[in-house]
Amino acid sequence: MSPAELFALPFMQRALIAALFTGIAAPAVGTFLVQRRLALMGDGIGHVAVTGVAIGLMTGASPIWAAVLVAVAGSVLIEIIRERGQTNGDVALALLFYGGLAGGIFITGLAGQSAAKLNTFLFGSLTTLSVDDVIVTMVLAAAVIVLCLGLAPQLFAVAQDQEFAQVAGLRVRYYNVLVAVLAAVSVTVAMRTVGLLLVSALMVVPVATAQQVTRSFRTTIGAAMVLGCVASVGGLVVAAVASTNDINAQTGPTIVLLALAGYVVAWPVGVWLRHRARLRAPFPSGGTTEHETAPEHAHQHGPGCGHLAVPHDDHVDYVHDGHRHAEHAGHYDEH
Amino acid sequence: MSVTTDSATPAVSITNGAVEIGGRPVLRGIDLSVEVGDFLALMGANGSGKSTLVRALVGLRPLSVGEVRMFGTPLDDFAEWPRIGFVPQRATAASGVPASVWEVVAAGRLTRRRLLRPLSRADRAAIEEALEVVGLAHRRRDAVSHLSGGQQQRVLIARALAGQPDLFFLDEPTAGVDLPNQQALAGALAALKARKATVVLVAHELGPLAPLVDRAVVMRDGRLAYDGPPLRDHEAHEPWFGEPHTHHHHHARSVHHDHAPQVTSPLDPPNGSHR
Ligand SMILES: Nc1ncnc2c1ncn2[C@@H]1O[C@H](COP(=O)(O)OP(=O)(O)OP(=O)(O)O)[C@@H](O)[C@H]1O
Ligand SMILES: [Mg+2]
Repeated sequence: MSPAELFALPFMQRALIAALFTGIAAPAVGTFLVQRRLALMGDGIGHVAVTGVAIGLMTGASPIWAAVLVAVAGSVLIEIIRERGQTNGDVALALLFYGGLAGGIFITGLAGQSAAKLNTFLFGSLTTLSVDDVIVTMVLAAAVIVLCLGLAPQLFAVAQDQEFAQVAGLRVRYYNVLVAVLAAVSVTVAMRTVGLLLVSALMVVPVATAQQVTRSFRTTIGAAMVLGCVASVGGLVVAAVASTNDINAQTGPTIVLLALAGYVVAWPVGVWLRHRARLRAPFPSGGTTEHETAPEHAHQHGPGCGHLAVPHDDHVDYVHDGHRHAEHAGHYDEH
Repeated sequence: MSVTTDSATPAVSITNGAVEIGGRPVLRGIDLSVEVGDFLALMGANGSGKSTLVRALVGLRPLSVGEVRMFGTPLDDFAEWPRIGFVPQRATAASGVPASVWEVVAAGRLTRRRLLRPLSRADRAAIEEALEVVGLAHRRRDAVSHLSGGQQQRVLIARALAGQPDLFFLDEPTAGVDLPNQQALAGALAALKARKATVVLVAHELGPLAPLVDRAVVMRDGRLAYDGPPLRDHEAHEPWFGEPHTHHHHHARSVHHDHAPQVTSPLDPPNGSHR
């Protein structure tokens, strides 16, 4: 089968739509989680959602909705533990994570379901989505995106400085719970794409990648959404094309690896950009009161001479062997 | 609610306030009322409870006893938060994701914005003005995490200024800020004062802000030890501020350890005045 034929298949188109929506929604919430330094919260909710899926499988209810409910309950609980954070919140979260995962596997066993069924949720199974699944995914993901972007100023302020936001009259607790609920919803939305165990990657890795090259929140969240979308759709395409060549590439891990590859590429770029920004930042004005002449200097500095030119007050300094030289009446001064 | 701007009502008042943190009393018997238009300097040693008092006044620390009123309204019912500005005592303005200087300062306008509305022209003008005042207009696109500590402190001041508050709480806003920028802040606060804004300033050293101060309050060990005309910087630390002006029931042997270090048991701090 050629790739063109493959993408004409309905299940493949459903998978593409789901990948697109989750790829945009997950990093949108993920940005706020990373901003609060709660990068692993998505992971925790993912583990809790395993129990929800298992309950859904056992009772015959829809695993997605059961997962949404349990994940929302779990995330609110995490938020409460965090707010009360007198005791060791870290450990409390860990207990919840392990409880969620163990509970899920335990309940699946009790219900006599095979582990294979649970596996499709743990590691994702984009290509087995029904039309209903896709609609649920689209609706939930769209809700997450709209809320994240619409309330971005408020969510930003609360995550940036909770106390300031409270004095500004924002209902901080509502926004905290809202972020937790949005995270839970996007976790369950993304569980069909990358699976519950890798869900956090789609929420966090694009943000980490974007941060390498951005300086503002707005560009970070925008870039993260684009990167997440590229990774999830790209990962699906790569896996699908590989499968036409008889390579058994699973979609979930392919998506995550692609996102990580983006990070690996962005990292040196970020290092270089920051390095360059530091070098080119204008030197602060003043500070060169003494007139110190540079030693014998044969080289004529000028635009394009190969030495770094940095603005300094009304003239330009050239950075050269750790010195800063400025031309002055036919010779060079040390600045 | 125009009644609340009545000049007879204090801008903020606390009656018989006490705060406990983790069961330990940190503030006790605080009575303070700040009139509209006052510029109050809150001083005292490290750990004397200045930040705790400011945080109690803005509602970040619940009182165990007593009541706070903002413009005459009990804090729980107070809704005019846009009138309040707050500069927390903090070393950094950075968080887990890059945020530009402009974005952090823009968060100060949030009090005056409605949900799901873009920034108005007035919002943008206020943000610009606040950036100019703290001298960071040319750094607006830079990530706050790339600024120096004093510059980050100035970002936090600008964020509060952008909200154009009537009642301004600043917790050590000038710590780590150089003299020219302290003077710029003094200019901004003088302008606020000129339009009858009320300022509660926590500071160890008033520096260029000193001429603005109308009233000084010194805290010691979680109590108010002095309330009166402005003091010079060093006076706030004179040991006699510890002496109770009235009689003291408990603490028959009222010993003041602050300036005469005494070694008791290392696990048994002589007073609660260190963090
Ligand atoms: N989060 C906290 N947990 C426990 N105790 C606290 C906490 N915050 C403050 N305290 C205690 O309350 C007392 C007053 O602290 P506060 O921060 O109000 O002092 P301060 O006067 O602002 O000092 P500084 O000049 O250092 O800012 C201290 O003894 C401190 O130990
Ligand atoms: Mg303090």
